[in-house]
Amino acid sequence: MSDQALIPGWEVVIGLEVHAELATVTKMFSSALNRFGGEPNTNIDPVSLGLPGSLPVLNEKAVELAIRVGLALECVIQPSVFSRKNYFYPDMPKDFQISQYDLPINGVGSLELPDGRRIGIERAHLEEDTGKSTHVGGGGRIHEAGHSLIDYNRAGVPLIEIVSAPDMRCAEDARAYVSELRAILVAIGASDGKMEEGSMRVDCNVSVRREGTAGLGTRCEVKNINSLRSLGRAIEYEARRQVDLIESGDEVEQQTRHWNEDDGRTHKLRSKEEAYDYRYFPEPDLVPVEPSDEWIAEVRAALPMLPRERRRRLADAAGVEPSDTALTVERGMDDLAVDAIAAGADAARVLVHIANNLADGVGKLTAAPFAALVAMETGGDLTATQAKSVLADLVASGGDPATHASTHGFEAMDTSELEALVDRLIADHPDDWAGFVGGDDKERKKKAGFFVGQVMKATRGQADGRIVNELLARRSAEA
Amino acid sequence: MSVRSTAAAVRAGERSALSVVEEHLAAIDAHEDEIHAFNLVLADESLARAEELDRRIADGGDPGPLAGVPVALKDNLCTRGIDTTCGSRILEGWRPPYDATAVERLAEAGAVVIGKTNCDEFAMGSSTENSAFGPTLNPLDTSRVPGGSSGGSAAAVAAGFAPLALGSDTGGSIRQPAALCGTVGVKPTYGRVSRYGLVAFGSSLDQIGPFAATVEDAALLLEVIGGHDPRDSTSIPEASPDLLGVLGQGVEGLRIGIITELMGGPDRAASVEGIADDVRARVEQAAEALATAGATVEHASVPSTIYGLSAYYLIAPAEASSNLARFDGVRFGLRVDGDTAPEMNTATRTAGFGDEVKRRIMLGTYALSAGYYDAYYGRSQKVRTLIQRDFARAYETFDLLLSPTAPTTAFPVGERTDDPMMMYLADVCTIPSNLAGHPSMSVPFGTGDDGLPVGVQVLAPALDEATMFRAAAVLEGAAP
Repeated sequence: MSDQALIPGWEVVIGLEVHAELATVTKMFSSALNRFGGEPNTNIDPVSLGLPGSLPVLNEKAVELAIRVGLALECVIQPSVFSRKNYFYPDMPKDFQISQYDLPINGVGSLELPDGRRIGIERAHLEEDTGKSTHVGGGGRIHEAGHSLIDYNRAGVPLIEIVSAPDMRCAEDARAYVSELRAILVAIGASDGKMEEGSMRVDCNVSVRREGTAGLGTRCEVKNINSLRSLGRAIEYEARRQVDLIESGDEVEQQTRHWNEDDGRTHKLRSKEEAYDYRYFPEPDLVPVEPSDEWIAEVRAALPMLPRERRRRLADAAGVEPSDTALTVERGMDDLAVDAIAAGADAARVLVHIANNLADGVGKLTAAPFAALVAMETGGDLTATQAKSVLADLVASGGDPATHASTHGFEAMDTSELEALVDRLIADHPDDWAGFVGGDDKERKKKAGFFVGQVMKATRGQADGRIVNELLARRSAEA
Repeated sequence: MSVRSTAAAVRAGERSALSVVEEHLAAIDAHEDEIHAFNLVLADESLARAEELDRRIADGGDPGPLAGVPVALKDNLCTRGIDTTCGSRILEGWRPPYDATAVERLAEAGAVVIGKTNCDEFAMGSSTENSAFGPTLNPLDTSRVPGGSSGGSAAAVAAGFAPLALGSDTGGSIRQPAALCGTVGVKPTYGRVSRYGLVAFGSSLDQIGPFAATVEDAALLLEVIGGHDPRDSTSIPEASPDLLGVLGQGVEGLRIGIITELMGGPDRAASVEGIADDVRARVEQAAEALATAGATVEHASVPSTIYGLSAYYLIAPAEASSNLARFDGVRFGLRVDGDTAPEMNTATRTAGFGDEVKRRIMLGTYALSAGYYDAYYGRSQKVRTLIQRDFARAYETFDLLLSPTAPTTAFPVGERTDDPMMMYLADVCTIPSNLAGHPSMSVPFGTGDDGLPVGVQVLAPALDEATMFRAAAVLEGAAP
């Protein structure tokens, strides 16, 4: 909610419609392959081209993946019906899209953000994707193009459309929602969630209202959002545009708008009056989908752990809040963390290492040597700096932390050696020492930093900063 | 000679498939010019196919129950590599890359596809006058229509061009032309025959079915094409029914009801209008024949059938308006250029579709429009439910129902082309079975005052084609 005060006096209301391509082998209603890339018009058959006489047959795997999504989002899973959404478009082979309309497979549910807040889900329904047009000539714009080419490889690829409630209040909320949704879809194997390849697409409904008012303002739907970054930018632009309209005495018109990444603005595509009449009616070529309780139970039993469950598990193991474990879970390192903590490692150090030193992945690092390393560190055998270096060795080549430490010559320094060194430094720098002994907190901290730095310099980083600080404190008390 | 005995002779090597095909091609040569039953006669292909079958038989093979039997296919059934026009300019020159399931099953049974038959454009019509390629005429009287929309298939069988034909029936398009041409025509239970490869008109109503000269031939053909197909989600998961085995079982003890609402007449105020007296008289005579054969025959009421026509002319066009959207000039068939994609779509559809198709697309689009959906499409679905309920109630008392197939005998060419409502009334008796999804069939039973054939319609509950065929066989034997 960090952006809440973005436009003082105004509240932004955001609802998202996310389309995700389901990770099936074949298309929604035919045996043509569901595969990204590939030569245009190679993954096609009579059904995906909408040839006369062809009929759709529902892909059971797509239904199973939709049920997984429904379970992961805690939706009501219900008997559903496919409908035809009728409109003419060259890349839509039948000139209607088979979609679920008034009876979606997944009804209301919710998504839990890493900070624990819940965003309502209104529905998550199945539908088929369209083909892809490329406009040749005229800079790629449809109205100026010399001709258009159509690739039907994507036509008929199964999609799940997940519609949120208008529960988000700022761009950061929307980004967090999409990130979490993507993590869930990937975790349950429903989709690869690649926004850049278009396998996950976000349409965004934005409206604004004066702070403290309850009703919803007139919304605009923003399309063509291709990344989390554009999502945030588009929301901020669109909210600002609507507020400016109202503050200058105009009204917001209900529109579908197009986000332009280049100029950073949204542009009107069509108004409510120009909206299509889709003439939905039940698809007579398909029968209703009525998943049995047994099937739903089987899918539930086979469901892998969800991100929120992973966060909670690690939080319980580490004794922290679930929101503190979000990064670890996002990096897919929570199993490692949980196992290392179970092997006795200090939880805080484990999470710090993951946050600061494992951004590029775990490589050959496994839980047991990780736990051993953390134990050496907390036991004073390695300094933080040395531990970081050994950790990098474990990532690169695996093995045992003690071996790596001795290869580097990281021997824990004898405390008596350190005491001698500290005493010598105190003698060499009487002014600094006086500052440490007699200064206020700030001065004391500064001087402690100075002495620790000197010790590190003299020992080439082998000393343990924590022990140095203890020695300084002891000498100061004796002084 | 029955189809069964022809196939038996071919399978036994007593007669060549080639001679059977040649005989029918000769009949086509002699009379097709007067009738125009076909959009395409596959002379070379059928001769080559016959020779192939004969070779297989000579090698000891058995091509199956329709070995060497010519079959004419309505031109809305997809045939791989062979023009499939639906009687429309918009599909002229299109060759499907696949066979319809029914066509595949014919091939597996050893049949020979002899040609693609003319029909009303996209199966929309009751006289085959709406074909873009000119009308088909009734072989029994070429001043009359053969009925429609499968008029070419009915005429092909009536003219002896092929012993068997396939048609499609959305509101009567097999049964009504069968009645007008004096052949047997069957609309199976919805889902009995796969619709895969049938170019859709009204998807929730369409069924493929047989035309034949006799009830037995029709039974054999339905056995071959019926049965579950995983490529059609609405296909019934059951094997094809045994029909040949029950044909001789008679109707002793069956309870048969004459549908009051479809009989007309001055004393039946609750009936549909337009049932001709000579037709009604033949249906009553047929009922007596069934009673004589041991059935109990009474009048039966299926009250909501009188609303069938109105509901049908909303539901079928609504589905058609969506089914026919894909004829947009983008991927197949006709393309008339335009400056933009929408202009190209419009130009193509304007040039490619005939008036009746355009009329129904507009009707259906309107019926589904925002603000009108409930009043039209929604309401007609309720009527459909009522009709299903009324039939269910009637079948608590009766095993089968009886009615005229068509209100009149074959009407003169051109009589109704300017009066769509009159044309639509030709299907008033056949539509209720489509709305209910039930099987029904037309059996020739004597003639009307004009000497042209009258068809009696036998209706059965869902999946009970077997009992329906038993009564049909009795009627065939008793026909005047």
